[in-house]
Amino acid sequence: MTNYMTLRVKAVPINESFVRGVVAGFTVPCDPTIDVINDVRTAVSEAVTNCVVHAYSGSGEGDILIEGVLNDNLLTISVSDYGKGIDNVEKAMEDFFTTKESEERSGLGFTIMKSFMDSLKVVSEKGAGTTVTMTKKLTDVEH
Amino acid sequence: MKVSTKLNRDELHIYLDGELDHSVAEEIRTQIDDYIEKNAPTKVILEMGKLKFMDSTGIGFILGRYKKLRSKHIPMFIGSPNPQIDKVIKISGLYSIIPLLR
Repeated sequence: MTNYMTLRVKAVPINESFVRGVVAGFTVPCDPTIDVINDVRTAVSEAVTNCVVHAYSGSGEGDILIEGVLNDNLLTISVSDYGKGIDNVEKAMEDFFTTKESEERSGLGFTIMKSFMDSLKVVSEKGAGTTVTMTKKLTDVEH
Repeated sequence: MKVSTKLNRDELHIYLDGELDHSVAEEIRTQIDDYIEKNAPTKVILEMGKLKFMDSTGIGFILGRYKKLRSKHIPMFIGSPNPQIDKVIKISGLYSIIPLLR
């Protein structure tokens, strides 16, 4: 199975569920288990929420670009924004680190992306935006 | 996302129905804090049997309620999370302070 998708959405909260639903649907032809689909859904939800909450500071003004590639049973998904960028990526990726404690943010977004997916790469530039790229093997069977 | 409650003696059961993410967290936060304020329970159980999805926003939400309840010495429990939600909660370590009700 080889396929790709591109989705561009406005950085508003309602699109968090829309995007995780689309990406979950994108994996279905590979016949992953429910658990694997849920891992992908959760990780994508975290990535998109970060864009809404942090990249654009909840303003709702800005785009989120989601690109997915299926290559045999390997999913590669990247979530990009053109927002403010992350000051210190290493720090941001620490468990429980958050810049928005007052908004009850848990600081576990990257922790979940990292542990639910097989790989996670974060590239960020101040004032230009952030791209999060994640991969996950969807099934153990080689097609 | 729907929230309903049932008061059983002094135990407040809060039933979450739908998907708990950032888009709904703020609204249900106010709603649930109001319920707790009005009912003065001795125990709060977050019933998740009908919750279909939760991400780390939910962890922040649960912790926020826990902190408020702890200041009033009211214990909090989690009931019937599905496997996806259970996995998210386990990663957060939340069960050590907010036990799973069996």
